[in-house]
Amino acid sequence: MTTKLMGQGVQRVEDQRFLRGQGRYVDDVAVEQDLLHAAVLRSPHAHARILDIDVTDVLDVEGVHLVYTYDDLTGPMAEPLPLLIPHPALTEGRTQYALAKDEVNYVGEAIAFVVAEDRYVAEDAVSKIRVQYEFLPAVVGVDAAREAKNLVHADVPGNVAAKLEQNVGDAVAAIAAAPHRLELDLTIERGACTPMEGRGTVARWDPDLNRLQLWTSTQSSTGVRAAVAVKLGLDLGQVDVITPDVGGGFGVKINHPWPEELLVPMAARALGRTVKFTEDRREHFISSAHERGQVQHIEVGFDDDGRLLGLNVEFWHDHGAYIPYGLIVPIITSTQLLGPYKPQNYRVYFESLYTNTVMVTPYRGAGRPQGCYAMERTMDAIAKYLGKDRAEVRATNFIQPDEFPYDQGLIFQDGRELEYDSGDYPASLVKIKELVGWDEFPAFKAEMAAEGRRVGIGLACYVEGTGVGPYEGAHVHIETTGKVKVATGLTTQGQGHATVFAQLVADELGVKFEDVEVVTGDTRRMPYAVGTFASRAAVMSGSAIHLAAKRAKEKALKIAGEALEADPADLQIVDGVVSVKGSPGSSIDLGTVSVLSNPLRYAFDEASKAATQFSVGDPGKPPVPEDEEPGLEGRDFYSPERATFASGMHAVIVETDPDTAEITILKYAVVHDCGNLINPMIVEGQIHGGVAQGVGGALYERMAYDESGQLLNASFMDYLMPYVTEVPDGIDIDHLETPSPLNPLGIKGAGEAGVIPSAAVFAAAIEDAEDIVITAMPISPSELYALRQSQGLENS
Amino acid sequence: MSEELHDVRLTVNGATHDIRVPARRLLSDALRHDLKLTGTHVGCEHGVCGACTILVDGEPMRSCLMFAVSAVDHELTTVEGLADEDGTLSPVQQAFAECHGLQCGFCTPGFLTTITAGLKANPHPTHEEARDMIAGNLCRCTGYQNIVKAVERAAELS
Repeated sequence: MTTKLMGQGVQRVEDQRFLRGQGRYVDDVAVEQDLLHAAVLRSPHAHARILDIDVTDVLDVEGVHLVYTYDDLTGPMAEPLPLLIPHPALTEGRTQYALAKDEVNYVGEAIAFVVAEDRYVAEDAVSKIRVQYEFLPAVVGVDAAREAKNLVHADVPGNVAAKLEQNVGDAVAAIAAAPHRLELDLTIERGACTPMEGRGTVARWDPDLNRLQLWTSTQSSTGVRAAVAVKLGLDLGQVDVITPDVGGGFGVKINHPWPEELLVPMAARALGRTVKFTEDRREHFISSAHERGQVQHIEVGFDDDGRLLGLNVEFWHDHGAYIPYGLIVPIITSTQLLGPYKPQNYRVYFESLYTNTVMVTPYRGAGRPQGCYAMERTMDAIAKYLGKDRAEVRATNFIQPDEFPYDQGLIFQDGRELEYDSGDYPASLVKIKELVGWDEFPAFKAEMAAEGRRVGIGLACYVEGTGVGPYEGAHVHIETTGKVKVATGLTTQGQGHATVFAQLVADELGVKFEDVEVVTGDTRRMPYAVGTFASRAAVMSGSAIHLAAKRAKEKALKIAGEALEADPADLQIVDGVVSVKGSPGSSIDLGTVSVLSNPLRYAFDEASKAATQFSVGDPGKPPVPEDEEPGLEGRDFYSPERATFASGMHAVIVETDPDTAEITILKYAVVHDCGNLINPMIVEGQIHGGVAQGVGGALYERMAYDESGQLLNASFMDYLMPYVTEVPDGIDIDHLETPSPLNPLGIKGAGEAGVIPSAAVFAAAIEDAEDIVITAMPISPSELYALRQSQGLENS
Repeated sequence: MSEELHDVRLTVNGATHDIRVPARRLLSDALRHDLKLTGTHVGCEHGVCGACTILVDGEPMRSCLMFAVSAVDHELTTVEGLADEDGTLSPVQQAFAECHGLQCGFCTPGFLTTITAGLKANPHPTHEEARDMIAGNLCRCTGYQNIVKAVERAAELS
């Protein structure tokens, strides 16, 4: 009997290619061809009017094939890029043009596009374009945006794109009536996904087929396909988008279309040549997307036990110069802020603000890290105020296991109710306390203090809505060789989809794991899909693949039943062979079943003879029965009513150096509940990566803009992504598996979770070590040192 | 005016390649675009991330910080040259597969070459030395946990 693969740490199939240098990333596509390369002139100014663009010198550069400026764009290409996710509250949505029309609003905005023999020549040409600017004052940061002395867009008053308020009960009245009240003012700065591979696009126009083929490093190939078709005036059926191997996404590659995703195919069609654009690292910093920047004001009322009676949160979200991804990030902050708690009465109000900086789209966690930071800092403040244990105050406010499904009374990012499907927060708390040594910590702290060392412990809890809709689909095809080809439309950027989806198919169909091949992100194979974001791939495509495999199996059993003259209910499939249960001699392999599923007129090999017209079928019936199709295939879609809610808790012990204020991680513990695990090895890998990104975001990474809107650290030299030396040496992980009732596999998403509690948990631990108040993250040793000085003086 | 081109003979993974390139052609670009050896990846082009690390006479070097014209007379090894001729993965590659030491795979070639050289110099690293061995390479997916395990596993397999 085949071992069930669900829940096994199966080694990844994709690694064989990657380890041999045979990955095929977008910059590897078409290297064998005589292709052309693109480069982009980007604004060196954060805010300016464009008075003139002079490209005459470019035309003298040998090897230049084409230069585009805004004036070369016509029809839909001359319109602003799409506002991907409209919202009734987003009254002042602005998006950029593929090439700046007459104003630039951030350093990095695309102004001109050059195609040349190679990237070196293309960059030479870009440097010869002369632009005359009239400078305008730059708006940088939330404070300047709120002050609105200067405007990013002249027609957007107050720099406010949207205001949104949600209420459950009457938070203001509840706080006023509460026995205890606190106020907190918090800030969190900008960081970014910074995948190791930046953005890139390759396009080939096939004049014989009148068809466009586009490879792009995206998180949504169907999204890019639709956008390109609309913008270039093509029928959807003329555009194929293929997502090759993607060198990391983390959110930034969900935005689409990037200007280059339109300009590359436009140029390829005009020139009749394959054109490639691969951004460099500086371009990624200044022309993709950032996230996280928020200023928060919190008012909370609570009782003597620390039980929340009312919570009133206002925050100001810096979304940069344009807002193509709508209000998704602040909506997630405003809803997921509640975490595992019951606030009783809740009011949240936010403003989404324009600034002259790179735009903001979701980065792993997508607004949750900020929400978790607000809530968990509040929990810590309540515990401190009441002199209570921080874990106990949290436990007092938990939603209890018997309260699911639990409706928080809010509207979530997918437009659906924020209703938690399942979870067990008290059990998670027990586990995390044990894992980190919560109860033993005071003794440890005292012991360390005796040696003159400062240590602190932090705890943070989160709930993450994963697997949002609208849907994903899958196609499962059992070939006549018995091999199984699976396609789902969402994309892959390191999650191991080729492995975990093959596990699900092998289990459901009863075939060998190595006989299953999975393709993702290719619109030719599955044209209906949404994308890989919001920790949704396993839940959405995993469920769809499971359902599609089920359909293929039903069909296989039906055909095999006819061939074996047995009731399909009496059949089993083991290692690709269908047999009658208890009678193994009576069997047929799936490859033969596939042959029989497709009635043939012509034989092309020995196996196919069995399906030809004089060999098979009841002459009194149509060869393909009514309501059936030829071929051994299954296709299905999964579209859940709402998201499924994963949860977890992180705890960290840090040491701070009394002299240098250096922050060292002594222990990092994670308890994680993403429902049933498909592949624990891969889930733990996701957690590891998330924690490392969280360490970066809490202690090192920030976008250092100056007041004129120049990004001062747009390189890996200056933007401090963690090396191994900055991450914990070992991460202790424990799983809880509370199945989701919403999907057939009982799974929840896991991709983003590792990064959600980082800012909160590090702020708490450093605060505990230092006995000072931390309200701004990330925090560097210099900032911690400055805080010691200022708060020490205030205390004395 | 067209650029002056130079005849360059590169020896990569034991094979010689003759190319004509401008003096400014980075070695990383020559490997990828002229030799079509796309296993070497470019992550920053300023020598920080280590994705483009190759072995130059057995020593790890960042191919984005070298010009192709300066690589003549050297033996270059890229990720494509790490496995045995019969396709058997090298101990470092095998360890990465066993330990889930990679996710998106983009930084992986640079880690593999770096560790290959590291274990040659120090075949039995301590845990601290295993961490140090990879401390110059960036990975955004794995949080390095399983890469450290892979270094230790590779030492066992070697």
